[in-house]
Amino acid sequence: MSHPHPISYQDLIFRLKRFWAENGCIIQEPYDLEVGAGTMCPETFLRVLGPNPYRVAYVQPSRRPADGRYGDNPNRLYKHMQFQVIAKPTPANIIELYLQSLEAIGIDLSKHDIKFEEDNWESPTLGAWGIGWQVMLDGLEITQFTYFQQCGGFDLDLVPAEITYGLERLTAFLQGVESVYDIEWTPGFSYRTVRHADELQSSVYNFELADIGALWKLFEIHEAEAQRLIDAFADYPEPKRFPVLSAYEQVLKCSNLFNLLDARGAISVTERVAVIGRVRKVAVGVAKLWMAQQFGAAEEVAA
Amino acid sequence: MLPFILEIGTEEIPDWMIPGALENLQNLFTELLTKHRLQHEALQLDATPRRLVLRCSGVQEAQESTESLVTGPPVSAAFKNDQPTPAAHAFAKKMNTALENIQRVATPKGEYLAFQQKVEGRPTAAILSESLAELVLSIHFPKNMVWAGKGTSRFIRPIRWLVALLGDTVVPFSIEGVSSSNTTAGHRRLGKNSVPVTYATYEQALRDNGVILSADERRKRIVEGSEALAVAKGVKVSLDADLLETLVYITEFPTPILGTFADEYLTLPQEVLITVMKHHQKYFAVHRMDGSLAPHFVAVMNTAADPEGLVVNGNQRVLRARFNDARFFWDVDQKKTLADRVESLGNVTFHAKLGNYLEKTNRNRSLVGKLAELAGADKAHAERAAELAKCDLTTELVKEFTELQGVVGGLYARFQGELETVAAAIYDQYKPTSMDGDIPATLLGQLLSLADKGDTLSSCFSIGLIPKGSSDPFALRRAAQGIVRILVEGEAKLNLEAFDGGNAALREFFTDRIRYYFREVRGFAYDEVNAVMAAGFADLKDALQRLEALREVRPTADFEPLAASFKRIKNILRQAEVSSGAVRQELLTEDAEQALYQEFIQVRDRVKQLRISDDYKGALTAIASLRPAVDAFFDKVLVNAEDQNVRLNRLGLLHQLLTELSAIADFSEIVTR
Repeated sequence: MSHPHPISYQDLIFRLKRFWAENGCIIQEPYDLEVGAGTMCPETFLRVLGPNPYRVAYVQPSRRPADGRYGDNPNRLYKHMQFQVIAKPTPANIIELYLQSLEAIGIDLSKHDIKFEEDNWESPTLGAWGIGWQVMLDGLEITQFTYFQQCGGFDLDLVPAEITYGLERLTAFLQGVESVYDIEWTPGFSYRTVRHADELQSSVYNFELADIGALWKLFEIHEAEAQRLIDAFADYPEPKRFPVLSAYEQVLKCSNLFNLLDARGAISVTERVAVIGRVRKVAVGVAKLWMAQQFGAAEEVAA
Repeated sequence: MLPFILEIGTEEIPDWMIPGALENLQNLFTELLTKHRLQHEALQLDATPRRLVLRCSGVQEAQESTESLVTGPPVSAAFKNDQPTPAAHAFAKKMNTALENIQRVATPKGEYLAFQQKVEGRPTAAILSESLAELVLSIHFPKNMVWAGKGTSRFIRPIRWLVALLGDTVVPFSIEGVSSSNTTAGHRRLGKNSVPVTYATYEQALRDNGVILSADERRKRIVEGSEALAVAKGVKVSLDADLLETLVYITEFPTPILGTFADEYLTLPQEVLITVMKHHQKYFAVHRMDGSLAPHFVAVMNTAADPEGLVVNGNQRVLRARFNDARFFWDVDQKKTLADRVESLGNVTFHAKLGNYLEKTNRNRSLVGKLAELAGADKAHAERAAELAKCDLTTELVKEFTELQGVVGGLYARFQGELETVAAAIYDQYKPTSMDGDIPATLLGQLLSLADKGDTLSSCFSIGLIPKGSSDPFALRRAAQGIVRILVEGEAKLNLEAFDGGNAALREFFTDRIRYYFREVRGFAYDEVNAVMAAGFADLKDALQRLEALREVRPTADFEPLAASFKRIKNILRQAEVSSGAVRQELLTEDAEQALYQEFIQVRDRVKQLRISDDYKGALTAIASLRPAVDAFFDKVLVNAEDQNVRLNRLGLLHQLLTELSAIADFSEIVTR
């Protein structure tokens, strides 16, 4: 697409933030731990639980070690950026709002083709699933739209809509470039300038140099720490002070280490299911703690 | 009669669920009207991704009033000394009438008070108003959701508006805060989101707001538009039927556009190109007049036009990236041949309890070797094909395009210089993938497919993984059906026993599939299938020939009467508990039994001759020719003779007749008119 003044990568982010701020969202900053998707941030995973409304939007760098391509592949990245919106409960005009957000970043929908194609989402690791679509713009998947149904094994009191924009794809589309590395981050600086070294070096580490023994050790340390905290909650005298969020950070560490081990080829297919089960156990355990701490909810589902 | 319209306005419903939902909605509505004794004219069902619509040109305005006789207390309790008791007053009050209107009726139990009660018919609007919410929420979808919170209504996607009009009046009801009205919504971009309608203006109002309500019209627009684009380019568009239906139900205003890709991508196998276009991008492939793939595609937009060509450009760009990926994967995959990948199959799980794909490969290899020997095929080639068959599961291309498993293996095998027969077998190993899909084209491909499916079935059955009801996660029914089809339609003459491994449950499973195949796919009558299968079905090609012969002979005059006689013989033998039989000629006293015996011997010998030459029709015709002799026997001869020796001899004759002549088809299974 030839655009006289293509929107820069960072301008696109500014405009999305502005749009959702004007529509009543908290604008959060990225979570400061490694995550595989914006969904895993406490701002989504924990906030969707329970009866309290919440509206938040944030950019989240998301790490998928297995998707790394040493900075060679024009469309695949070890670390891509998601723009995540959570609207809880979902307003009735949510899709209209979403379409307006596309207009806000400069997509004239009267000249483009938008389709909503069935795409349900499930994360066995998080005990979570939802119903929704992938949104296709001129044949390109630009957004995942999901109505959360369950999270951490809990049926959700208020059904949140989760909107996840793929920022690199959207920008490449708007700037009419074939490779994400050719994206103009801001005039004078390309995505390549900012991120290529990260992609190359992380791929080398993830695929070649990561020490499998050390990763397993770390996985077990974080898993044990998460479990220790989960087990300690019941007898802790002041539940409101209990560090549930710290326990969840241990879970996020486990999840990222699992992804690293997977990319490193260290997990056989048979083991894979078992390891996912271990991460799920602590993730669901933390969700229960959060429900109990914040809402006094009894355990309601078996993990 | 009043016209009625119901529109359920939703967010985008998955395309494949829509036709089923409409059928269900039609049934639910018809049941509702029937239950409430409401007459109606024909129903018209329509849908787009955002609306399910039911229209009826005329529904009865109100129920007919009815009268019914309500009996009350017995007269003996209602009147004492000709004076009404409280029971009589209570009944009159309950009937909402004066005591003088109460009648008496005579019943077998005595005389009772009674009242002819008139029930006023209720207005249809009231009935619909209290029923529609439940009706809408009863529509069946494969996977529902909640949107208004835990424990609220479930539907396929959030309901955002409801139109319900009977005549000019809104039928009031609501679902999760959405109240019915006379206002619909147009296309998300081409129309207004609030459009007032009446029954008469509904379809045109939608059209004015960018929505083509009729699926037929959308289909026509896609087909004709796509063909016109292709003609203008001198090419031919391949309108895949499944994809066409998807596009019909994923759009409210479909408009095809033609895109182009660089010729250089045509060096990729066309299977890969077509999969990317069709499955991943929902594009129709385009062919040149000579049948080769053309560097074009047809995409279908959900909007009216692409005035600046932005949509075509966008789609071309996406396709280019996809093709680049595919080419990248192809190149990466060539760094390691299929043969070099065999060992790594040990890391790919087939099933937690059934081991990995290396183990499965070894089992397949050993089974296909045996089958090749039995079928007279090249054993070494068959084993080579089995050895390499699953290796494509470790390739990047199959990881990305899983639906191309097998196909990619075949392409790589050819590219890497394996024998053509080996490559073709690997390519076809998963066929047939559906009831009417092709079976593998070559003998080796058929053997490989048989071995792979046979091993999967016997492995799963050995650990109790047996499909129940609609649950069949390993597609074992399809696997067994595939084996049946290949055994009947393929080149190799193989015995079914090579596949059931003596497992009774698996044999039963195959038997069901065989019945299904002969009845539903080949169209034989169920009693013909029973008759032929009762005479054995280890050799399915032979069973098919016998079925065909039976179908031909069945309409002839002697056949069904003889079948009836065979059934009679079977019953006589069962009652007499005879399970073997010798015939002593000297005990054949009556003419009719001698005649039957002589003719039986002749027919038996002729049938043997005809069977050797596989002339089943001739054999069955010969058997049918016994009818006059059999009829005469039953007319003239008393089977239950007083003399025990004579009786046993006659039973022996019948027994021989039945067993010797039931080897092609068990005539007693035929249901006679």
